[in-house]
Amino acid sequence: MIPMEYYLIISMVMFFAGIYGFIARKNLLAILISLELILNSVEINFSVFNRYLYPEHLEGMFFSLFGIAVSAAETAVAIAIIINVYRIRQDIDVRHIDKMKN
Amino acid sequence: MEFTLLILIIPLFMFLFLALAGHKLKPGIAGVAGTVGMAVVTVLSYTAAYIYFFDTTTIDGIYQKITPLSVEWLRFTDRLHIDLGILLDPISVMMLVVITTVSLMVHLYSIGYMRGEKGFQRYYAFLSLFSFSMLGLVVATNIFQMYIFWELVGVSSYLLIGFYYTKPSAVTASKKAFIVTRFADLGFLVGILILSYYTGTFDFDLLTADKGSLVISSTAGVSFLGISAVTWAMTLIFMGGAGKSAMFPLHIWLPDAMEGPTPVSALIHAATMVVAGVYLVARLFPVYFFATPETLTLIAYTGAFTALFAAIIAITQTDIKRVLAFSTISQIAYMMVALGVSSFDGHDGLGYMASMFHLFTHAFFKALLFLGAGAVIHAVHSNEISEMGGLRKYMPVTSITFMIACLAISGIPPFSGFFSKDEILAATHHHDMALYIVLLVVAGLTAFYMFRLYFGIFHGKEREYHHTPHEAPWIMLVPLVFLAVLSCVTGLIPFSEFVSGDRKPFDSHIDWNIAIQGIIVAVTGIVFASLLYRKNSEKPAKIAAKFGILYTAAVKKFYLDEVWLFITKKMIFKYISTPIAWFDRYVIDGTMNLTGRSTEKLAWIIRDFQSGKVQSYAWIFIIGVMIITILALCL
Repeated sequence: MIPMEYYLIISMVMFFAGIYGFIARKNLLAILISLELILNSVEINFSVFNRYLYPEHLEGMFFSLFGIAVSAAETAVAIAIIINVYRIRQDIDVRHIDKMKN
Repeated sequence: MEFTLLILIIPLFMFLFLALAGHKLKPGIAGVAGTVGMAVVTVLSYTAAYIYFFDTTTIDGIYQKITPLSVEWLRFTDRLHIDLGILLDPISVMMLVVITTVSLMVHLYSIGYMRGEKGFQRYYAFLSLFSFSMLGLVVATNIFQMYIFWELVGVSSYLLIGFYYTKPSAVTASKKAFIVTRFADLGFLVGILILSYYTGTFDFDLLTADKGSLVISSTAGVSFLGISAVTWAMTLIFMGGAGKSAMFPLHIWLPDAMEGPTPVSALIHAATMVVAGVYLVARLFPVYFFATPETLTLIAYTGAFTALFAAIIAITQTDIKRVLAFSTISQIAYMMVALGVSSFDGHDGLGYMASMFHLFTHAFFKALLFLGAGAVIHAVHSNEISEMGGLRKYMPVTSITFMIACLAISGIPPFSGFFSKDEILAATHHHDMALYIVLLVVAGLTAFYMFRLYFGIFHGKEREYHHTPHEAPWIMLVPLVFLAVLSCVTGLIPFSEFVSGDRKPFDSHIDWNIAIQGIIVAVTGIVFASLLYRKNSEKPAKIAAKFGILYTAAVKKFYLDEVWLFITKKMIFKYISTPIAWFDRYVIDGTMNLTGRSTEKLAWIIRDFQSGKVQSYAWIFIIGVMIITILALCL
């Protein structure tokens, strides 16, 4: 059996890659993808802990599925917002989207 | 007697009406409205006096105190509460009559005197405010109510002295009057607090009941710096009275207060407000007499000194209103002496009755003197005696009424001043020979300076006038004549039948032995004045030169203003106020400014947290999470 740490290392790399992308990338779509990375790393963790710690239960698996569904819905909304932003500004650079404040 | 409430409400309403709506009225209408209101109040006061003295049952021949109205206003404890109410007793009823009469005369007179002045309606509003406050002061049921109205008369006096607010001297004078009396009132307040702390009450009735036994028993054995608490309290209360009544050394504001319009001087600074101090002492007389006789002695000696001091200054002044101001100080001091030497019961309470009697008669003839002076000033447009002379040809009515007032204040029978002054002299004679001699000298000086004034204005060489002086209009002459009549007849009132220390009428007779001494002194004063001033001559100047430095000192009012200025500016301001101001400016303000500035600085730093940029929020959020995590791991 593959040791649990391997999974966790992958998930950690994905998670921090996501965070880095979320902060560093300026394109809204790239940020959205980074966000998906974060979510997926978390779902990997759910599955892995479920599989290794409580093999007789399935809550972690179901929670992962639930998370995937939620993230799909969230992505749909986010894409819609991004399209609208693009229609208004012809630009999806996150640095320029500060109209709510300035 | 509930209708006496109207005596307070009408002037208050008049004040509000004239102050709020006055500018929409024609000046004449505002003046007439104020005067009519005052006339109604006068009628009510006379009715109240008549009912009180003739139509109210007396018990064992003692006039009862009536409280037609008393409302609890502020409650501190069961016993200590501030009421607002009306107290009628012989002296308050007597004061009602005096105040309303003089006030009505001044209202009437001012219609003529103030005609065409800017702010005529404002003037009448303030007059009404003053009348309201003064009436409220005399009918106060407790010492705190009195204090409230006491401050109100101070404010109205301030407003009226500073009526010509574009004139710097008037502004300075009004400030001076306010600050000096306010300083004295500080003593008054502290005195009230001490007194009420020990007795647990503000009520005059309880304080003075039963020969002041409450005060004596509750303060027994308490002392501070070797002086008993009750003496402290009553001396401090007297300090308030001394401030308002212009006793030495707190008299400095009164001569300057003459910057106000002359009718105001007649009303406030001669007849009513300045006697508030005398009234206060009279009000608390049983406490003074039974609990702290030493304070009463202090009052007597302060009074005697002030009387002499002010009379000497009055001789040398050349501004006619200032002469009258110093004469007022001197006469009020007379009343204080009379209170100071008085006993409580029966005929021994002669001083008390004499003091009130003199207050009563003095109000009329001094108001008359001021109004007469106002008519003269109105005619020649100057206050200086040197610019007047020979006016009796042009102003016969003013001249005669002024003469009557001078005779009255000098104590020549049968004018009113003679009777009251004689009672004071008699009371002093029984008590203390030294004080008696001082008062006798003052009586002579009074006659001298009053007739110096009279001859200076109405006799002597005729000056070059810009235009021929003319008699005042009839509306100014009516009050003059009326007050002159009062100055002739009020002395004949058997005053001791109405007012006495224990409120029990007694018989008083003129003590001819003393009366003749008084008359001789007064006549001597008049003769000297007529020799020196009736004809224009060089004699006064020569005599003045003989006195040399003493004369100069008296002209300069014995440098008391300068002494006060030295004490305040050079000592208090420099060594106390300046360091305190420095502390306030740099330490207290500095602390506050530091707090403010550092908050501002911090705000500039952290304002970037709210940049509106999503990624910087995320960045801050992550850093926050990391910090919390690190903390959680470390701890």
